[in-house]
Amino acid sequence: MSTHTFLSVTIHHNMSFFSFGQSAEIDVVLTDAETRKKAEHKTEDGKKDKYFLFYDGETVSGKINVTLKNPGKRLEHQGIKIEFVGQIELYYDRGNHHEFVSLVKDLARPGELTQSQTFDFEFTHVEKPYETYTGQNVKLRYFLRATVSRRLNDISKEMDIVVHTLSTYPELNSSIKMEVGIEDCLHIEFEYNKSKYHLKDVIVGKIYFLLVRIKIKHMEIDIIKRETTGTGPSVYHENDTIAKYEIMDGAPVRGESIPIRLFLAGYEMTPTMRDINKKFSVRYYLNLVLIDEEERRYFKQQEITLWRKGDVVRKSMSSQATIGAQRFEGSASSESALEKAAREDSG
Amino acid sequence: MADTIADTRRLFSKPQNLNDAYGPPSNFLEIDVSNPETVGVGRTRFTTYEIRLKTNLPIFKLKESRVRRRYSDFQWLRGELERDSKVVVPPLPGKALSRQLPFRGDDGIFDDSFIEERRAGLEQFLNKVAGHPLAQNEPPVYTRPGPAPQPKALCSANGPALLRPQTLV
Repeated sequence: MSTHTFLSVTIHHNMSFFSFGQSAEIDVVLTDAETRKKAEHKTEDGKKDKYFLFYDGETVSGKINVTLKNPGKRLEHQGIKIEFVGQIELYYDRGNHHEFVSLVKDLARPGELTQSQTFDFEFTHVEKPYETYTGQNVKLRYFLRATVSRRLNDISKEMDIVVHTLSTYPELNSSIKMEVGIEDCLHIEFEYNKSKYHLKDVIVGKIYFLLVRIKIKHMEIDIIKRETTGTGPSVYHENDTIAKYEIMDGAPVRGESIPIRLFLAGYEMTPTMRDINKKFSVRYYLNLVLIDEEERRYFKQQEITLWRKGDVVRKSMSSQATIGAQRFEGSASSESALEKAAREDSG
Repeated sequence: MADTIADTRRLFSKPQNLNDAYGPPSNFLEIDVSNPETVGVGRTRFTTYEIRLKTNLPIFKLKESRVRRRYSDFQWLRGELERDSKVVVPPLPGKALSRQLPFRGDDGIFDDSFIEERRAGLEQFLNKVAGHPLAQNEPPVYTRPGPAPQPKALCSANGPALLRPQTLV
């Protein structure tokens, strides 16, 4: 008899481990699943998937369906809850998740479920200060996690969402213009029409040759993404050349002006992220490279700020999403957006 | 917020002066290594090569020069450059020590095909070195008696050269 009991306990443990014959299934469904837009996002293993798109200040609401596998059998539990989490995960330190948003709603006190049940939830005007990011050494994600707590093993379900941070046209957007070179050999003046570009913008510029005493073969402009993780002595930069765009083939002479027109929409880029939660940064640089006949490279790197422009505001968009699309770059704090949203909701 | 189409019109630039457009380029630099000649007898034999330089780069005092130099002169030059400058100097064609051993079937280091190989290598070396912008500003390297100065400061960097901001003169 005791052997029989021992065996059944072991099997039960294994079943929970491998989710084999879990007593219940959880399903998370958003209220606006039909109308909410989805955004594509590349996961750590390079696969592209679509996730519901949210903006800062928007309410996250829906319901969770707890479906009992065996409708006759009761499900004992230690509580049912749902969490909204925003966290940063550094790949070299996977154990430590840095949660910058952590909200929880208790849906049911410890007890038992006699039948499948649905629980409503609402996280009102949730602050989502940063954009979802999956990089080479760091990941920032937002997700809902519904949990049915049990004695041995919890049953949980996670649903990732994607957050975009929007800005509007910056008030100040000076051009970048500089004269650089090597004494007596090469003097150029480069100009880029702006210092801040949105993700679907066009870089319009020119390279003006003042002095050319070397034999140039061609010239290109590269877009470099630099992901910086860690602080202090353990800072790590990961550089990635996102684009290489040849702008000149052949040898220029003094007085020649080479135009630049580089469409950013064709490249996979994110907005510039500076010191996110003091954990990481993602910055972009334009690298102007001249190559001479002996394959010697002459370069000038210049940082540009990338920002995400909201889509055209349509009447059907919710008021909260409208606020999201009209955020001003860097200035407005999330509190004022929340206040405004709260006022509009109650008014 | 209306969706605007980006303005992609070219930035304004000064029209180019026709003299600049159709004038001679200011980066003219031609170096030829040719006419190998073996001089001397027996053990003291050595080969010299004619180096012809034609340029309009202001850094070179003589716009045209013709000198004769031997392989060891090149080695000396390379040694000076490696010591004085911070950049990687390109390699010279080989020393060919094995060709200097006795009892060879061919002419050793005076073999025609070997001389031609060496000549080509020396020409490549000088072109890489004389054309290098940073090195051109180093003080003159060659001081041996000869009719004309060698190209100044010769170095070839395989690494990139950073363009520094220049003040307008």
